[in-house]
Amino acid sequence: MTGNLVEIRNLRVEATTDAGRRVEIIKGVSLDIAEGEILALIGESGSGKTTIAMTLMGYTRPGCAITGGEVRLAGVDMMKLSEAERAGIRGTSVAYVPQSAAAAFNPALTIMDQVVEVARIHRLMSPAEAQAKALSLFKALSLPDPDTIGNRYPHQVSGGQLQRLAAAMALIGQPKVVIFDEPTTALDVTTQVEVLRAFKAVTAQHNIAGIYVSHDLAVVAQIADRIVVLKDGTVQEMGTTNDILEEAQHPYTRQLLAAFRPKTQQREPEDEGTTKRPLLQVDNLTVGYGPRSRDGQPLINAVQAVSLRLDRGRNLGIIGESGCGKSTLARAIAGILPAHAGDIIFNGRELGKAGRNRTRNELRQIQIVFQHADTALNPAKSVEDILRRPLTFYHSMRGKARDARVSELLDLVRLPKSVRHRLPGELSGGQKQRVNFARALAAEPTLILCDEITSALDTVVAAAVVELLKELQRELGISYVFISHDLSVVEAICDEIVVMYRGQKVEQIASTGLATPQHPYTRLLFSSVPKLDPGWLDNLEQNPEEVRAYSHQ
Amino acid sequence: MKQPSLFGRLGMRLGYRFNLIGLSALGILLLWAGIALFAPRIIPHSVGEIVDTDYFGPVSRDLWFGSDYLGRDIFSRVLMGARYTLGISLAAVSIACFSGVALGMTAAVAGGWLDTVLSRFLDALNSIPSKLFGLVVVAAVGSSIPALIATLSVIYTPGAYRFARALAVNVNTMDFVVVARIRGEGLPYLIASEILPNILGPVLADLGLRFVFIVLLLSGLSFLGLGVQPPYADWGALVRENIGGLPFGAPAVIFPSLAIASLTISVNLLIDNLPSRIRDRSAE
Repeated sequence: MTGNLVEIRNLRVEATTDAGRRVEIIKGVSLDIAEGEILALIGESGSGKTTIAMTLMGYTRPGCAITGGEVRLAGVDMMKLSEAERAGIRGTSVAYVPQSAAAAFNPALTIMDQVVEVARIHRLMSPAEAQAKALSLFKALSLPDPDTIGNRYPHQVSGGQLQRLAAAMALIGQPKVVIFDEPTTALDVTTQVEVLRAFKAVTAQHNIAGIYVSHDLAVVAQIADRIVVLKDGTVQEMGTTNDILEEAQHPYTRQLLAAFRPKTQQREPEDEGTTKRPLLQVDNLTVGYGPRSRDGQPLINAVQAVSLRLDRGRNLGIIGESGCGKSTLARAIAGILPAHAGDIIFNGRELGKAGRNRTRNELRQIQIVFQHADTALNPAKSVEDILRRPLTFYHSMRGKARDARVSELLDLVRLPKSVRHRLPGELSGGQKQRVNFARALAAEPTLILCDEITSALDTVVAAAVVELLKELQRELGISYVFISHDLSVVEAICDEIVVMYRGQKVEQIASTGLATPQHPYTRLLFSSVPKLDPGWLDNLEQNPEEVRAYSHQ
Repeated sequence: MKQPSLFGRLGMRLGYRFNLIGLSALGILLLWAGIALFAPRIIPHSVGEIVDTDYFGPVSRDLWFGSDYLGRDIFSRVLMGARYTLGISLAAVSIACFSGVALGMTAAVAGGWLDTVLSRFLDALNSIPSKLFGLVVVAAVGSSIPALIATLSVIYTPGAYRFARALAVNVNTMDFVVVARIRGEGLPYLIASEILPNILGPVLADLGLRFVFIVLLLSGLSFLGLGVQPPYADWGALVRENIGGLPFGAPAVIFPSLAIASLTISVNLLIDNLPSRIRDRSAE
């Protein structure tokens, strides 16, 4: 055997639908991984990246089956083994790091018990040796307090730490190959940097090969030696990281790369802008959750004394990590969660704090679009019914006029007329988000609050949605408040950007001045956004004191 | 892959899959519904007429289910009894589920004190044992068909309320309800248009189960002599009338019992095997 460590030849995976029809998910994929090499699988959701990675363990999701080809791991064909033999290989030769470590840990056991479990099950070493090995892995993964962190329970460590602990769990059996299944997708950018560094260091140190599944080209550029681009279960393009990034051949790869470089919003400053009345002005807004205490303060303040100003026809971005209060701020402006203190002045008039204290016309002018189009559209109603309701409710439209307007709205968001009669469940993620947006447009608002509307979408689809928003702004003159954790999306559409940290506004900067942030947190956040340059992570220098000051404990 | 049956292909075209057990259960239910509708036209003998010289007579060519304790035709009496059992139960379950579901959705959407007051009141009602409650009401106002319907629906409203409220609370937290609220929609629209369509499936399944409970409670009350009064008789009353025939293995006591069993078991099986929507429609 002179072959590579992993050899996948002409792999085919089929799934059986509930109508008994068989669908080919993976259509003849071949790839190799040499020892110590990290191979990245990238592609949009549904392209089969995780399915391919899972076949390395001889595993397919329920309802799926490997119907052809070979998956050889160190010369052994996983397909020809019995389930018991495969179980013996899992954890010792091949290991898995899941997307959501939080869901993969048992909350009832300590971290150490779970990390050494692999060694115990396969009887690889004595418990004392396993614990010593775990400690050395904790150190290698640069976890804080490596000596005592194992005694904690999963809820007592942060998401980024848990993700590294999941990697420790995978590495303790000294596998030859590790499958990383989108391990940083659920993390904030500042945490992602640390986790990526730890992964890169530990795989290099132990000469471990890996499959890194991701949809994020910039993350992959930092860690992978070679990249495989997948679409619809076939390999579109394969090459070294540099080749793919610089000389992409396939149109789909180019599309992916193009989506990564959105153009920055550039507009000439308007001269009379300073004297005009602002469209939305928020003064010292404080919003909280939980029961009110005796002095009227809520239990937890999610937003503390934030002030904003947005001019007509302009866009405001709000960015920050999860839990910084950006969505809560949007909900307070929309009147969903009544603010505890402060003022919201819209078009020169003060708005009621709760939605029910506002007039119908005030409600109509501010629309909110949510992140998850799946839950924001009533699954029991057709697209047509969903779009008709605001027309009837706000504009008292009926019959032909209303139907014509529904067609116009579908045109506006670039959806074919044929989706009219479909239910939301029969649409793709991008289509759903467009319907979601069309419903907001139906009200003819002057301000739309976009709460992470592109986060659940694939890179290419998200770029198309952002383009659509810009076009609609040119046609209809709407303003957006754009909330996201993704700097590049906010940068692409907003004139001004507000940075939030722990419920407070840290800094407000114009999108033209992004290169020179003043506040240390903003500097840290902006520098943590991965770039397409493969050397970015290695050359990234962040002030360790700032990292410590703003990392989650 | 095996070739789908004719029926399977028909279901596929409609976008639903319906298995054999569910289909046979539906058949039995439709049969009983047809019998209840047309009973006066199809009974071979009048229900009050004494047609047999012997009591607790055996199954014969003339008397298909034998004769009862007075020598009347049990077959005719079971067919007519279907009207009372099905009619009263259906009326009671409709009232119970309509009021329970409407109140449950209102409580979930409105929240606050209305939710608390309604929930505690219906919990209190729920804590009264159902058979005792039935006994007390019948003892107080006497047994008549409207009184029976009212009693049965009051007994089963709290359950329907709890069930609908639990489902509606989940739907109520979805973003589309938040969107409708912030659009300025009122309570009736939220309930009828946003919540109800999304809980309809489980609510209908619950309605079926509750129907079974009501059939059994009605039969139980009639068996105790508190239900439908002579000369009319539902299936429970038929069992009670002929209980004396049990030591002789008389068909007069077996067949009404089988009727109750076939109805309740069919409803249960139908609910467990409701047609399921086929999500993958592209095979057509």
